[in-house]
Amino acid sequence: MRIKDQWNEQRIYSSRTFAAMLIIGLLSLALLGKLAYLQIIRHDYYLELSQGNRVRQDPIPASRGLILDRRGRVLVDNEPAFQLELIREQTPDLPGTLQRLAKLGLINQEDIEPLKRIIHSRRSFDSVPIRLRLSDEEIGRFAVHRYEFEGVELRARQTRHYPYGELGVHALGYVAAVSEDDLDRIDKPGYAGTTLIGKLGVESAYETQLHGLNGYQQILVNAQGRSVKFQGAYQPDLRAEAPVAGRDLVLALDLPTQQAAEAALGDHRGAIVALDPTNGDVLALVSHPGFDPSLFSRGLTRSEYSQLTNNEDKPLLNRALRGTYPSGSTIKPVMALAGLTYNLIDPERREFCNGSFHLPGSSHMYREGKGGKHGAVDLVDALARSCDVYFYGLAAQLGVERIATFAAQFGIGSLTGIDISGEKPGLLPTPEWKKQAFRRPQDQVWFPGETVNFGIGQGYLLVTPLQLAHMTAELAERGRSYRPRLVMGVRDANGVIVRNPAVAASGATGISAANWDLVLRGMIGATTYGTAALIGKDARYRIAGKTGTAQVFTVAQNAHYNAKTVAERLRDHAWFIAFAPAEAPRIAISVLVENGGFGASAAAPLARRVMDAYLLEGPAPAATTTPAAATPAGAPQSAGATQ
Amino acid sequence: MILDDNRDSAARRTFSATARLLSALKLDGPLLVGLGLLTVYALIVQYSASGQSLETILRTLMRIGIGAFAMIALAHSSPNFLRSLAPWLYGAGILLLLVVDAIGYVGKGAQRWLDLGLIRFQPSEIMKLAVPMLAASFMHERRLPPDWRNLIVLAGIVILPAALVAMQPDLGTAVLIFATGALVVLMAGLQWQVIGGLACAGTGAAVIGWRFLHDYQRQRIRIFLDPQSDPLGSGYHIIQSQIAIGSGGLFGKGWMNGSQAQLDFLPERSTDFIFAVIGEEFGLLGLIVLLLLYLFILSRAVFLASQSSGTFARLLGLSLALTFFVYVLINAGMVTGLLPVVGVPLPLISYGGTSVVTLLAGFGILMGLYSHRKLVNS
Repeated sequence: MRIKDQWNEQRIYSSRTFAAMLIIGLLSLALLGKLAYLQIIRHDYYLELSQGNRVRQDPIPASRGLILDRRGRVLVDNEPAFQLELIREQTPDLPGTLQRLAKLGLINQEDIEPLKRIIHSRRSFDSVPIRLRLSDEEIGRFAVHRYEFEGVELRARQTRHYPYGELGVHALGYVAAVSEDDLDRIDKPGYAGTTLIGKLGVESAYETQLHGLNGYQQILVNAQGRSVKFQGAYQPDLRAEAPVAGRDLVLALDLPTQQAAEAALGDHRGAIVALDPTNGDVLALVSHPGFDPSLFSRGLTRSEYSQLTNNEDKPLLNRALRGTYPSGSTIKPVMALAGLTYNLIDPERREFCNGSFHLPGSSHMYREGKGGKHGAVDLVDALARSCDVYFYGLAAQLGVERIATFAAQFGIGSLTGIDISGEKPGLLPTPEWKKQAFRRPQDQVWFPGETVNFGIGQGYLLVTPLQLAHMTAELAERGRSYRPRLVMGVRDANGVIVRNPAVAASGATGISAANWDLVLRGMIGATTYGTAALIGKDARYRIAGKTGTAQVFTVAQNAHYNAKTVAERLRDHAWFIAFAPAEAPRIAISVLVENGGFGASAAAPLARRVMDAYLLEGPAPAATTTPAAATPAGAPQSAGATQ
Repeated sequence: MILDDNRDSAARRTFSATARLLSALKLDGPLLVGLGLLTVYALIVQYSASGQSLETILRTLMRIGIGAFAMIALAHSSPNFLRSLAPWLYGAGILLLLVVDAIGYVGKGAQRWLDLGLIRFQPSEIMKLAVPMLAASFMHERRLPPDWRNLIVLAGIVILPAALVAMQPDLGTAVLIFATGALVVLMAGLQWQVIGGLACAGTGAAVIGWRFLHDYQRQRIRIFLDPQSDPLGSGYHIIQSQIAIGSGGLFGKGWMNGSQAQLDFLPERSTDFIFAVIGEEFGLLGLIVLLLLYLFILSRAVFLASQSSGTFARLLGLSLALTFFVYVLINAGMVTGLLPVVGVPLPLISYGGTSVVTLLAGFGILMGLYSHRKLVNS
């Protein structure tokens, strides 16, 4: 029995052992099959994956191009600063991390949501800047709590530096952190590692040239993405590509001229644009008040931003390009040229100015802007002394269509084509325009009186300071026109300035030399015995100029206008346009002082200071550095109406 | 010639002296050679996988020392002693598992260890030996193959500790405990029809159970069965280990040159996923050498078990020998993506844990059973 049991058991063991070994053999074969699949058939695939795993491309941001003035003086450069950057795939708890950073006061509570969206729109391994320009104290605060912030790193990066602060901010623009809107436009991989992007002015318009090409460095990383030194005998072949720095832009801007213009405008609201009439170079472009561009590159707080946007002086408004005002009498040289060209003016003939003008068959009285009478004036006198009555009559004879056609040749109503964006075209009114602009049929009619107002640059006509400077340059060049440009060229790697050729624009044609001479005489007259005689008195060069006063509101028919009695904000805007030297113009300028009152007293002296700075290449003579705000004693008000 | 003879006889003398020592220690020479080679392999791989840590090597050597001590001690134990020990060991193991589960419940966390001050100790490891011992000793007094009443008792013996361990939760160890017990039952000649029936019943229960699960539970099971569907979660391990193995190719990247392992991409590279390090650094050839070593140890162990006498000795021996290879298959299967990830170490190669001690103790039992065969026979 026992033996039989043993024999039976032996049989069971043997068969079961055999079965077990068979199963084990089959399973081992299956395992071998899987291994052969992984290690032989799919070897190349996995080898590539393993290489991608251990090597990561770390972007090296290109250094942003500098911005130089026309003589190579640095207007904008870069400086190192510390910033916080976050890598999404290394941050275990993104919302919590941002909350804790906000609690530490390193980011603003209200920035958390936009930051989250920005972080999620970048690739998961991109290092996204979340806070720029940390102070020493903030660096310390972060360092103490660093262990709480996995995935957040403190990095030294180049940031934008504006050595002259607010100088030329409306021309240069500013840079700020790459925003959600920017991300839709830019090439994201190309901006990996880039913190700041141009937002306005030259910084924005020439973004691609300034940005350069980011480089990269391959680094060895572990599974957590941390950079590691190689371990064991593993010798990685790490490649790197150096970044290509952005191009250094050479502006047409002349630093001393710009500084003079900034100083001249001072605390006034207004704008100054100075052009080189021979090629369209923007020598100075000022709009006041300005703002500090470095606020944006460090990151504005919401309250700082609302302070800027809610400020009633509108510091963010680029008045030079986007401020539109009636031209006032500065349009008169163009009117004169129109009248001469259409043979409606006998330059010898003297018209009598008794201080007011009536259209035939109308009782409406068009008055001299400041009241008073000019007596008998010919064309040159009418320009020099800015006689409204003379030009009322001329405008009525020309008619609105001819005025508009002629003014359009001087760029009125169209964009100048300056190389930064945001420019406004102003408004060149025509009967056609009026039909489209107004809804009610009775408003769509063009009244003859509106033509009369057009003649002295009032009514619907709107121009920007840039347009007037552009027009002045065309007057200086006798009809030749160039597209205004802020950027003259680039400085190449060898430090050689490569200039771009000037771009011609369509100017004015068909005007005889004799007619140009007449208008020039009128404009020189303005600065020698006319409305702006004060600024021409002791100038070492001859200036051709024209004053202008843009009405902010219409003076009632019989009211006596007194600048002192109306609120400051309702005072007229003061204009002055000029070019010099009158015989061979090198600078054409327009000055606008908002609510400055009369162009002769408020705007003309500012133009003189800028022209002195450019033409004399030294400090302006003491006599002309009259504070702009003060009304000069003995201003030629005795001559009656001046504009 | 004379010199040759001398050398020959010197060698023979050394050999016979070793044989005498081994037989005095009741150890098996070929099995010991296999285990020794495997240990050397383990030390070489661990040195690389741990990032050239000598401390790791020393700790491994210490564990091997403890395991060797347990092996020699158990090799001297007679089958009768082991048989009488089985219920006590099993009972103590269950008690300790309950204590550990209770502590884990109170502490609201996974709990596998019992801290005895000097050493930390995993009661589940005891069950890897106690379960086959008790199952084999139960069948020793009964006719083979087991009838259905005996089968129910055996199922209880196996499932109770496996369930307790699975609750810790330590699925890998639970699977191994179940495997050791189930192998005893299978080797005892459980009819194929019964095996087939149980398999069908299990499948049916799973299909019905599936309908009662919540979506999130189904999702967890899906991810468990197919980790690659969750590449950032549990699938990350598998993806990285497949990259490691696949990139190793036929000959490997060389010792300490595996970028996956050295650069920290491979999780648990010196413990559960060390198989992938071998695959990456030594390639397919290194893995084949490893598998051949395992197969050699398995064959020798099965031989020893089949030569030992008595139902208890044979069932226990075969179960221990085969369980050893079950470790290999489960570990390699999970690292290569053939099986779901359960925490099973690669036997004698993975760093750490008490499994080295348990495995060597198991081989001690095997050698003891073999060396005591004549005593039983006579």
